[in-house]
Amino acid sequence: MIQLENLTLSHGRRPAVHHVTGQFAPGSLTAIIGPNGAGKSTLLRAIAGLHRPDGGRLVAPRDSIALLPQVAAVDRAFPISCLDVVQLGHWSRAGAFRAIRPAERARSLEALAAVGLEGFGRRPVGSLSVGQFQRVLFARLLVQDAPVILLDEPFNALDTRTVTDLLALVRRWHGEGRTVVAVLHDLDLVQREFPQTLLLAREAIAWGPTEEVLRPENRLRARMMAEGWLDDAGACARDAA
Amino acid sequence: MALLDLIWGPFAEFGFLRRAMVGCLALSLAAPPLGVFLMLRRMSLTADVLAHGILPGIAAGFLVAGLSVTAMSIGGLLAGLVVALGAGAISRATGGREDAALAALYLVALALGVTLISTRAGSVELSHLLFGSVLGVDDPALFMMAGVSSLTLVALAFAWRPLVVECFDPSFAAAARMRGGAWHMMFLGLVVLNVLAAFQALGTLMAVGLMMLPAVAARHWARNVGGMAYASVAIAIFSSAAGLLLSYHLDLPSGPAIVLVAGGAWVVSLVAGPVDGLLARWLRRPHLAG
Repeated sequence: MIQLENLTLSHGRRPAVHHVTGQFAPGSLTAIIGPNGAGKSTLLRAIAGLHRPDGGRLVAPRDSIALLPQVAAVDRAFPISCLDVVQLGHWSRAGAFRAIRPAERARSLEALAAVGLEGFGRRPVGSLSVGQFQRVLFARLLVQDAPVILLDEPFNALDTRTVTDLLALVRRWHGEGRTVVAVLHDLDLVQREFPQTLLLAREAIAWGPTEEVLRPENRLRARMMAEGWLDDAGACARDAA
Repeated sequence: MALLDLIWGPFAEFGFLRRAMVGCLALSLAAPPLGVFLMLRRMSLTADVLAHGILPGIAAGFLVAGLSVTAMSIGGLLAGLVVALGAGAISRATGGREDAALAALYLVALALGVTLISTRAGSVELSHLLFGSVLGVDDPALFMMAGVSSLTLVALAFAWRPLVVECFDPSFAAAARMRGGAWHMMFLGLVVLNVLAAFQALGTLMAVGLMMLPAVAARHWARNVGGMAYASVAIAIFSSAAGLLLSYHLDLPSGPAIVLVAGGAWVVSLVAGPVDGLLARWLRRPHLAG
C-alpha cells in the first residue's frame, strides 16, 4: 500500500505536488496523467524515495519499489554493456561487493530474451536505439522482481511495436498482483489499458476509475490549473486553516 | 644489443632514474583509472581545478616548513578538500553549468599560490613547485606516492560498482540507497590525494597529466569502463618510461617529456583508436549486410 496524506512536494519553495491525499492499492494498475509541469514525475520520484516531502505524509514500502527513470535521466553514451545494465537489477542482494551468481546471470539473460533482445548481452548501450534501450531498462525491472513498479513516461518516443511488447510486460506484472504506477501522456492507451487513473495538476483533480477521471470537465480543470504559477503567491496557508 | 642498451642502460646506470621510474609507476597504476571516472562524469576540468587549487595550501606548508613533503602535503590536502567541496557546491548551485566558475576558481588559486611562494622563495623553488622535479624525488615523496597508489587501488576495488552506477543512472543509484554522495566525496578525496602525489613529481601545473591524458586516450581503445581503466594504466606506464628515456637521451626536462609522450599517445589514439578514432571514420569500409 502506498499512501499519500496531504502530501506537498516542491522544487525550492514552488509546490510541484500540492496537498494531495489518496492511495495506490496493492495490486492496482494506475496511470498518472496531467499537463507538463503537473508534478507527475516528482510524485513518482518521491514514492521511490528520491524526493523528500515538504509537508504531509508519504507511506511507501521503499525496499520493494523498482523505478523506471525517464530515458533522459540516464547517460545513454556510458560505456556499459546491455547485460551489465540488466545485472544491476540484482543490486538488492548483490550490492556493491558481492558476486553475481550463475543462476542470477542466467535470469538476467532470460530477462533480455523476454524483452526481445536475445544475444544483445555484450552490446554497448551506446549502440542501441531508444526503443531497444527502453527494452533493456524493462529487462532490469524484470530482474528486480519488485512488488511495486513505478514507470516514468515508459512509452515516450517509442514505435507501436515496442509499445505493444512493453505493454504486454505491464499487463503481466498486473496479472502477477504487483502494484504498477505509470506516468503517461497517451489518453487512448490509458483508457484501454489502465483501470485506475490519477489526474494531477499539482493538486489531484480526480483519482479513481479511469472512465470517471477522464470526463471532460476534469480535463478542462486540469488544463486551467496548469496554466502557470502565480508570481505574487504568498506562503500557502492551507495547513494553518 | 644497442636498442636494449638505449632502453635499459640509463635505468641500470643511474639510481635517480630508477627512483623516478618507481614513482611514476606508482602514479600510473592509480591516477589513470580515476581519470577515466572523471572523464565519464564530465569532470575532466575538475582535476585541473584541484591541481591548481592545492597550490595555496602547498605554499602555506612551504612558508611554514620549507620544502618538506609532510608540511606541503598537509597544506595541499586541506586546500584540495576545500576546493573539492567548493567545486561541488558551485556545481550544485549552477545546475551543472559550472565551468566558468571553476575556471575562475583555479585562476585565483594559482595566482594566490604563486604570490604566497614568491614572498619567501626564489625562482628555483617556485619552478620546483610549479613544474616538479621527477628526477629529484626523495624517500618521503616516494613513500607517499606508493602509499597513495596502494590506498587508491584498494578503495577503487571497493567503490567500483557504486561509482559506475552513479555515473550511468543516478536515479537508480539513489533509489537503491547507494549513498551516491558519500561515494562521490570519497572519490574526490582520492583525486585530491593522487593530485598531491603527482605534484611531487610533475608539479602543480602538470600533476593531472598522468591522470587525464591516459584516460582520455583510453576512451578510444575500449568500450567498457574496466577496459578503459586497464588501457589507461598501460598508456600511463608507457608514457612514464618513454618520457624518462627521452628526457635522458635528448636532454629534455623530464616532467614535460612524460606529459608530452602521454599527449602523443592521446593523439595516436584519437587518430588510430578503434573506438571513435578518426581513421576508422575516414577509412570507409563497406557497410554490413544487416
